[in-house]
Amino acid sequence: MLLMNKAMAGSFMPEQGTQIAKQVDNLYGFLLVVSFISCAILIGGMIYFVLKYKRKSAHDKTAYITHDTRLEVLWSAIPLIIFLVVFAWGWVLYHDMRKMPENALEIMVMGRQWSWTAEYKNGVKSSEIVVPVGKDVKLILGSEDVIHSFFVPSFRIKQDAVPGRYTSLWFNATKLGEFHVFCTEYCGTSHAAMITRLKVVTQEEFDKWLIEESEVGLLPIAERGAKYFQTRACASCHNVDNPAAKIGPSLYQRWGKEAHLSNGTTVPFDENYVRESMMLPQAQLAAGFSAPSPMPSYQGQLSESELAAIIEYIKGLN
Amino acid sequence: MGHASGKNYINEEPGLLSWFTSLDHKRIAILYFVSIMFFFLVGGIMALLLRLELFAVNSAPNVGNILKNGDVYNQVLTYHGAVMVFMVIVPGIPAILGNFFLPLQIGAKDVAFPRLNLASWYIFMLGAALAVITFFVAKVDTGWTFYTPYSIRTGGAVVMMVVAAFIMGMSSIVTGLNFIVTVHKLRAPGMSMFRIPLFTWAIYSTAIIQVLATPVLGITLLLLAMERTFGVGIFDPKLGGDPVLFQHFFWFYSHPAVYIMILPAMGVISELITTYSKKTIFGYTAIAFSSIGIAAVSFFVWGHHMFVSGQSEIAGIVFSFLTMLVGVPTAIKMFNWLATLYKGSIEFTAPMLYALGFLFLFAIGGVTGIMLAVTAIDVHFHDTYFVVAHFHYVMVGGTLMAIMGGFFHWFPKMFGKMYSEVGARWSWVFIFIGFNVTFFPQFILGAKGMPRRYFDYVPEYETLNRVSTVGSWLITIGFLIGLYVIVQGLRKGKQAPDNPWGSKTLEWQTSSPPIMHNFDHDPVVTAGPYEYK
Ligand code: HEM
Ligand SMILES: [Cu+2]
Repeated sequence: MLLMNKAMAGSFMPEQGTQIAKQVDNLYGFLLVVSFISCAILIGGMIYFVLKYKRKSAHDKTAYITHDTRLEVLWSAIPLIIFLVVFAWGWVLYHDMRKMPENALEIMVMGRQWSWTAEYKNGVKSSEIVVPVGKDVKLILGSEDVIHSFFVPSFRIKQDAVPGRYTSLWFNATKLGEFHVFCTEYCGTSHAAMITRLKVVTQEEFDKWLIEESEVGLLPIAERGAKYFQTRACASCHNVDNPAAKIGPSLYQRWGKEAHLSNGTTVPFDENYVRESMMLPQAQLAAGFSAPSPMPSYQGQLSESELAAIIEYIKGLN
Repeated sequence: MGHASGKNYINEEPGLLSWFTSLDHKRIAILYFVSIMFFFLVGGIMALLLRLELFAVNSAPNVGNILKNGDVYNQVLTYHGAVMVFMVIVPGIPAILGNFFLPLQIGAKDVAFPRLNLASWYIFMLGAALAVITFFVAKVDTGWTFYTPYSIRTGGAVVMMVVAAFIMGMSSIVTGLNFIVTVHKLRAPGMSMFRIPLFTWAIYSTAIIQVLATPVLGITLLLLAMERTFGVGIFDPKLGGDPVLFQHFFWFYSHPAVYIMILPAMGVISELITTYSKKTIFGYTAIAFSSIGIAAVSFFVWGHHMFVSGQSEIAGIVFSFLTMLVGVPTAIKMFNWLATLYKGSIEFTAPMLYALGFLFLFAIGGVTGIMLAVTAIDVHFHDTYFVVAHFHYVMVGGTLMAIMGGFFHWFPKMFGKMYSEVGARWSWVFIFIGFNVTFFPQFILGAKGMPRRYFDYVPEYETLNRVSTVGSWLITIGFLIGLYVIVQGLRKGKQAPDNPWGSKTLEWQTSSPPIMHNFDHDPVVTAGPYEYK
């Protein structure tokens, strides 16, 4: 039965990135087997009876059975016992999920319409979440606007990010690699695009990454811009190496040319156009896109020097 | 056959206008029937649009971008959910079949307050009209759940929509009240509480929930409207309010409301199964009491919608436990229906096929409900397509199957005509198969992690989404066939006998269609409702 559990759960769930994921899948596998048996009894029983007792003539005599106390007690008690077993099993696991480990690596994760920002203790900010393998990690979740929910399918964890308070969740990644992070609480226009990556790397790579990121300020301006373009999630909607549009228009080889707007006019693709597109994304809509723009405003999110770096980077895409 | 004078509730008073002023419960049921079927059509078209959008990932050329952008999708999703819940499934069985058959089944001439009954239809239509107007004024995109603080900040006519839901809630309360009093006061001589047919028992239990739970929804929605207009600071964290409080209030109504949606369906199924197996129901008292039991416990399980909302671990565990308890009476009903089939004489009429379809789909909806009640499992499944599949199995697979089955079962009584059996069976084939093709893949999508309310998705989810969309076309064919069968039955159907199925309950003892005051002589009841001996 345990083997069957494994086979069934494994084939319907995403890959297992944590120990908890394995435990959840075991319970899920058990539930699948029990459910399958229950459905087989209910549906199978139904099919058997309707075929066996199919009407033969309009005068068929039927049995007159009003109840059967023994049977009724039995079929109340058996489901109850099963329910209590899975309830208790779920409780134990749920307790593990909710009990925050001590000495975990803490990362602050803020949700906003429609992106995530991770802030590390040393001041590094990133829209991708990078964590070391095999280490307890605690995420402290907050939101700047509406309720979001932080969901990593491969880790089987999920927690709402609620404005005005902090919530938290923890995990210990057992596998190296990249995993999807979805927002699962409906949050408006681009809810479906509020996706980021969770990268699990080795401890050495992680330490190196943290230092590199904190030294971004020392890089040449265009390289800094390239970094910000990734870490502030611009890259999730804009292509930079080919002219095809993603969620937003491509920025590849656009600098200095004309930008066509949806109201039919054209403006030069220059510093001011880029700045306005980032600060007031609703003001000038690119041709081929319909209002409202899914792009969030970066007003107050970027410093002047960060903005300048991004502009420098876009120039360099020609 | 028919009444001696040939008069019945349909032809007794002439003219279209007489329908809109009629106090007869049967005519009011028909008013509800026409309006709710219209709303179902609207909600259904929206469902088709949603599924079409999800046919492919958006980067695919030409397909998969029907609704242009996330906003349009979110609006259509909101209206689909709100229309189906507040305007179709919640009022559906009680207001149509309940109105028509509850008085007949207990041998009454009408409901206790006929004027209030008509008023509740007008109140319902007023609310519905307001909801429809928002669609043309400023579309709402909050989802039917109106979660704060999103619903406080987003544009659109949210206040108007919320007032519409409030008004429809009033109609639901008034109808419930009317049914409760009717059952207590107007039973025919000899009709003790334990001779009431199980359909009426179910409508009665539902009415209790309607009266007790709906006011909470009303107050919650009014608070939300106040928050939006005056910024009183109850739910908005910026003003010191608590957005999660809204969820507690909302689900305090909306969980019991899922039983408002399913209990009447269970009542219909009990009637269908006894009639078409010609056999007395197994465990009458167990079924009646499990309805009441479900109604009572359903008030204390709302937190199972909030396992990851930030509520305390203890709350999560208590709610999980209580949810398990609701599972038991539900399981009892399933076994009772099965036991009723045992040694019966089973006839595969269209209504019976719908009833068997109900048992099949409800079994799957039920076991997946238990999975979701397990805290650690729900953490993964919450707000994914697994949940979408689960509630469609229960609401569409359950309630909608019951509406269709119940409707065909009582069609001869309601209209005095027979429908085409063959056509009705074909409609079942398409709906049943299409339903599974549409919603079963969604369980797998959810397990694999696809979140709900997504207008686009990562490419690995595409294949299953395609299958699901194709299923939605099959369902559509099924309903179109069903509609055709109904229209043909009304136009050309053969005269129906008074009791074509050999049923035992009182509504079959009067003429088809019934006369204005239901019975020639006040019936006197001497036995239980299912004496197939
Ligand atoms: C009686 C019939 C139905 C009822 C009561 C119903 C109810 C609901 C509800 C309550 C929601 C949730 C809305 C939300 O997340 O805000 C929903 C979502 C949805 N339904 Fe239905 N539904 C019905 C029929 C259908 C049918 C027949 C289809 C497709 C053929 C369908 C497709 C969908 C889709 C695609 C969603 C959106 C899921 C998401 O993106 O989260 N529904 N439905
Ligand atoms: Cu619930």
